[in-house]
This record gives sequence, structure tokens and C-alpha cells, in this order.
Amino acid sequence: MKWLWSLLALLLGRGRRGAPAHVERQRLIPEQPPSPRGENIVLALLALAALCFAAFVAVYVLDRLPDHTQLLGLALGLGFAFAAAACIVVSRLLVPVEEISEPYANEPNVAQVEEVEQLVGESGSRLTRKRLLKVAALGTGGAMGAAIIAPIASLGPAIDPDALRRDGWRRGMRLVDSKGRPLSADHIESKSFYTAFPQDVSHDELWAPLVVVRVDAERLDLPHGRDPRLWAPEGIVAYSKICTHAGCAIALYRAPLNEATSARPALVCPCHYSTFDPATGAQVLFGPAGRPLPQLPLLIDERRELRAGGHFSNDVGPSWWGVRRGRA
Amino acid sequence: MILRRTVRFLDERTGAAPLMKKALRYVFPDHWSFLLGEIAMYSFIVLVGTGVFLTLFFEPSLAKTVYHGQYAPLDGVHMTKAYASTVDISFRVKAGLLMRQTHHWAADVFLVAIVLHVWRVFFTGAFRKPRELVWYAGIGMLFAALLEGYLGYSLVDDLLSGMGLAIGYSVALSIPFIGGNLGLLLWGGPYPGIPQFESRMYIAHVLIFPLLIGGLLALHLGLIIARHHTQFGGKSKTERRVTGLPSFPGYAPRSIGLFFGVMSTLFLLGGLVQINPIWLWGPYDISQGTNGAQPDWYLGWLIGALRITPGFDLTIGNYTLVPNPFWGGVLLPMAVLAFLVLWPSIERRITGDNAYHNLLDRPRDNPMRTAVGFAVTTCLAGVFFAGAGDRFYASLAIPYAPQIWFWRFFAFVLPFGVFWLVRRFCEDLAAEDEAEPSSGYEPEPQSSA
Repeated sequence: MKWLWSLLALLLGRGRRGAPAHVERQRLIPEQPPSPRGENIVLALLALAALCFAAFVAVYVLDRLPDHTQLLGLALGLGFAFAAAACIVVSRLLVPVEEISEPYANEPNVAQVEEVEQLVGESGSRLTRKRLLKVAALGTGGAMGAAIIAPIASLGPAIDPDALRRDGWRRGMRLVDSKGRPLSADHIESKSFYTAFPQDVSHDELWAPLVVVRVDAERLDLPHGRDPRLWAPEGIVAYSKICTHAGCAIALYRAPLNEATSARPALVCPCHYSTFDPATGAQVLFGPAGRPLPQLPLLIDERRELRAGGHFSNDVGPSWWGVRRGRA
Repeated sequence: MILRRTVRFLDERTGAAPLMKKALRYVFPDHWSFLLGEIAMYSFIVLVGTGVFLTLFFEPSLAKTVYHGQYAPLDGVHMTKAYASTVDISFRVKAGLLMRQTHHWAADVFLVAIVLHVWRVFFTGAFRKPRELVWYAGIGMLFAALLEGYLGYSLVDDLLSGMGLAIGYSVALSIPFIGGNLGLLLWGGPYPGIPQFESRMYIAHVLIFPLLIGGLLALHLGLIIARHHTQFGGKSKTERRVTGLPSFPGYAPRSIGLFFGVMSTLFLLGGLVQINPIWLWGPYDISQGTNGAQPDWYLGWLIGALRITPGFDLTIGNYTLVPNPFWGGVLLPMAVLAFLVLWPSIERRITGDNAYHNLLDRPRDNPMRTAVGFAVTTCLAGVFFAGAGDRFYASLAIPYAPQIWFWRFFAFVLPFGVFWLVRRFCEDLAAEDEAEPSSGYEPEPQSSA
């Protein structure tokens, strides 16, 4: 303990009192009694903090401990907690208590405000065609701004709404699952739901993923002009899997377990619960979506595999100004 | 002696001694609620520190790779380098998971502190003349921080971040006239965009937005110093004089203690409380989604707004003009931004009060403002809770559709009642103070500057 005190005395310069001061200066901060208890607490807290930080380094170096992340966080967090506690004790017990005061600036600098105005005004006193120059300067400034901003257009295809309308499906394209295996009409069961993609095309395009389900014949009620033989062969329907509301994947299929009491089967987007009826051309049953999911006509080829029968019924993906709601 | 020599050295070369003396004796009025802004600032420092660490390992690239790392369940899975490197940060980099989780927690705490700070400043009228510019800089930081946080978790390219980006794209697309082109411009093409989109988000997240927030922070603090901090009135605390602790030695240990306290909290959270375990979500694929997905808390009000908007687009014939995500994703946040930015002017217009205000109101002192603040807060709370509607449905089995109607009522009808009630309550409290002046303080007569 003794050596601790002497260390402290050295650090805080207590010994200074012994040396005669050159000039007896007036104190700027009022003199207040020491708090040995406070100093002890702070020293203890600092020691604990140092211990925790050292433990952090040790845990970091040792690495292969179980719960490595937890131990690291604990050591670092506790180290800072002790350091914080030390600071609080310093502020409570060891720092001179004083309250100081200063005036707020509650008046404008009237004279300088006027001088600024005058300086700027007089700076233009040699100009005769002020207004014309102002217009010219503004025009040049505008053009300069346009020149500086223009390269931003390199970011993407500017003014090209057709880029949003991309639909790569062509009549005869084979539908495959995520592993690239063809989808057979015989394997599409009712009350289940399948994700399909075009064969040999990147799956990372909004038009690519489809959701395929089988609908009961008596429920089928497609919009006017969609011949069930082309749009729902054997009751199988295919819709774009990308929600027309906010672009999420339609990842839920509400297929009733008890037909008598449950709601009708529906495709549901998990993001905002837009709900679409696969039996009626994916009309919106509930939720914020503003237009139905685009439907893809289907063919069943001689090997009973599913193929696209043409293009989507309307624009794929989330909506934008001017998107077509119904048939293109 | 060393100290004097150092100060002298600096003063001879910069003339900084008077400034240093002033800085040491800068006055900090004391109240616990003044610490909220500091907590935000210290969280920001932790964000920058942990963020720099993460950049040393994160690969902002959408190039495909096959994962063969420490985390066995993902072995052999195709994913982008962005996602793979984040999984590696979590499992392979020493202390990587600690830094990643602390970074994420710090972002959440940063926004909690900012929002509480905005409330404090609003309800006490601290934004009034001469401190409107401080308020504007603060609101700028709030919105920059929201975007910065969104960019941060979008970079990772796990399933949740991809779903968030799809929604962001749809919201961009929904803006009238320019939406389609804006979306194409930002993403470089139709969603999911060109590979460079990741680099664009990355530079925005690690440079542009941090610089913006840092710049606004410097402006915010500089403006506060220029006009001093506000204070609650009291003995020797008046409209004319600011009274409190000197920055040194009185205030410094408190503030440093708070800094360490924030660090402690964030590292304890980062080490002990799991957040965003991205290896469980799996890599993003546009054809996949998951039920019950939630964003970080500060974006809850935006997903809530998308959820409670009735399913309607503005249409003409076969064409959509304004798609649905616009109402909740653009209009609502813009309305909130406009409210926050315009409020100081609106209040000045209502009250005709153009005087300097250095003393803070208690919420009851201005029933109108307090009632408006509570009404707006109620509205946003309703929208916010609606964002968790799927969670209430899944975990409490509260049916979803009636819930949405409940939250609509909460957000757009309840605020009127709240406004009336809060105003009454404030007026009653103020009347009580009038009857018994000793319970309040005596404000100084206004200087009519």
C-alpha cells in the first residue's frame, strides 16, 4: 500500500508543495479537500480495467478457446465498464466542484451585418450592366452544373423504359427446377408449389423465376381471353414468382388443409403479405399489390415436360410509372 | 513544466493559447437528457472504428464462388464473394464476429440515441432561435444514418439483405415520372442490376455517407459551440447567462466515462448477444424469400408503412401511374422529413415569436407543440408496429388482416385523440404550476431582440 501512495504522490505531483513557488499566484480553480477514498476506488477500478484489457489480449492470442467471441466481448466490455466507472468516480469525488457561467450572445452584430452588405454592394460599383452580367453568370453556372452532373447518367441505361419490360420467355422454352431438371406435368401435384426457371438461362433476372401450381378444374376462372388449354393445360398454371408490389419472391403457398373451412388456395408474398389467387389469373385477394402476377402460357410436350407457350401476360416485377396492368 | 513547454510551443506557432484556455473553460449545462446526443456521437465513433476493421476483410463483389470454409452447413454452396467473405469474417477472422456484431449493434444504438435526442430537442423547444441550423444538421444526420444503416446490411448479400434491396428497388421504381429511370440508373439495369451495383453501395457505405454524417456532425457541434448549449432555467441559469460545468476538469471525466460506457455496452452486446446471424439466412437468390423477415428496428416504420397502405395504385386505363410502394416508401418518409425540417418555421409562424431562446421549455410549457409531437409519435408508432404484424401473427396468432385495420386506426385516427388529450394534460399541469409557482421556476422576462 505504501508504495502505491508514493507512486500516486509522484504522479499527482503532491511533492510539489515542498518546493517554494516563484510567485504566489491566485488560484483559477477553487481549492478543495482531497478524497483519499475516491483515489483508492479509482486506482482499484483502473487496475480491474487493465486486468480485463490484458485478458482480452490473452484470449485473442490463445484463440482456440470455446466461446471465443463471447469471451472477447466480455473482456473488452468489462474493461471499458471499469474504465467508465473510474471516470465517473473521478468526476464525482476527485475533480474540483465548480460552476462557471458565461453570457449568451443574444444580440446580432448589427454594425458588421451592415458592413458586409456594404462591402459586397460597393464591390460591384464598377459594373454598369449588372442585370445582364447576373443573368450571364447564372446561365454559365447552370451550364457548368449540367456539365458536372451529366456523367452521372453513365450509371445506367438512361431513359430506356423497355429495359424494365424485359421478358425472355419464348414459345417452346423448357421449364426446369433450380437444379436444371425438366419439370414434368405428371409431377405437378395439387396443394404443392414449384419454382421453375427457363432452361440454360441465368436465374438472376426478374423474368426468370416462375411459380407453378395445379388448380382444381372447377375453380379455374381465368381472365377473359386466356384460353385454359394454353394458359392452364390440365389445370397447371405458371406465374412470375416476383411480386408486383415490392419485388420479393412469392415464397408462400396457402393450400387449405380443410377445404370446407379454410380460405381458398393462394400465393402469398412474405414481405408484405400480398395475396394472389392462382385460379383467377393471380388477381389480388389481399394486401398492397396493385396488379396481378404476370401469367405465362404453358405447353405440355410429347415427353410430358412443361414448356413456355409464349410471353408473360403483362409486365414482370414491381411497378413503375407507365407499367401495363393487363395484357400487353 | 512539460505541459507549459508544449502549450508554449504550440502557442508560438499557432497562437492557440487563448483558444485552449477558452476550450478548457467552455460551459456545459448539466442535465441527463443532454447526454443522448453524446451517446449517438460515441456510437458513431465505434461504428467508424469497427467499420474500418471490417473493410480489411470484406470483399464487395458479386462474383460467384463456392464456399469451403469453417461453417460446414454451407460447404459447397454457390454464393457471392460479398456473402462468403462476411461468413469468413464471422468464422475465420480472429475477433471478426465480435467486430461485426458490435458494428451492427452500434448502428442500432446510434439510431436509438439519435431518435431519443430528436425527441428531447423537440419537446424542450431547443431547436428555437438561435439554434435552427443545429436542428437542420441533426435532421440531416438522422436521415443519412437511416440510409447508411440500410446500405450496411444490404452489402452482405444474404437472403434478408437481398429481400431488402428488392423492396428498395421497388420503392425507387414507384416514384412518379422518374422512378423507372432512377431505378435503372442506381442499379445499372433492371433488378438485381449490374455487378458494379455492389461497388456503388460499398463506396456509399464506407465513404460518402460516413463523410456526410461526419461533416454534418462537425457542423452540428460547431454551431452549438457558436451559440452555446441550451439549459433548463433556474438559479443563475437565465436567458442571458449559461451556467454549468467547465469542460475541464469538471465535464471531461464524465464525458469520457460516458464514451467508455458506450464502448462497454456495445462490445458486451457484440460479444454476448447474437445479431443478424447471416450464415443461417443463406445466400440471396431473387427466387427465394422467407416468412417473418424483419429489418433493423429503425426501418420498421418503412416496412410498416408498406404493409398498412391499402392495395391501390394510381392508374389510367391499362397503365399504372403511381405504384403502391410510393405511398408508404416515399411519401411517408418525405412527409416526416418535411415536418421535422419545417417545424421550427411553423412554430415561429404560429406563435409569432422571434426572440432568442436559451432556456428550455418543459413539455407542459408549450401544450400545442407537445401535443403535435405526441400525435406524430403516435402515428409513427402505429406504422412501426404494423411493420411487425407478421411477427404478431406468427408468434401470438393474432389474425393479420384485422391487425392491419387496427394499426391503420392506431396510426391515423388515434393521433387526433392523443393530440387533444395531451394538450389538455399539459394545460392542466401548467395551470397547477400557476397556482403553486414554487414547483416550477421563474423564467426571466424575455429580451425583445
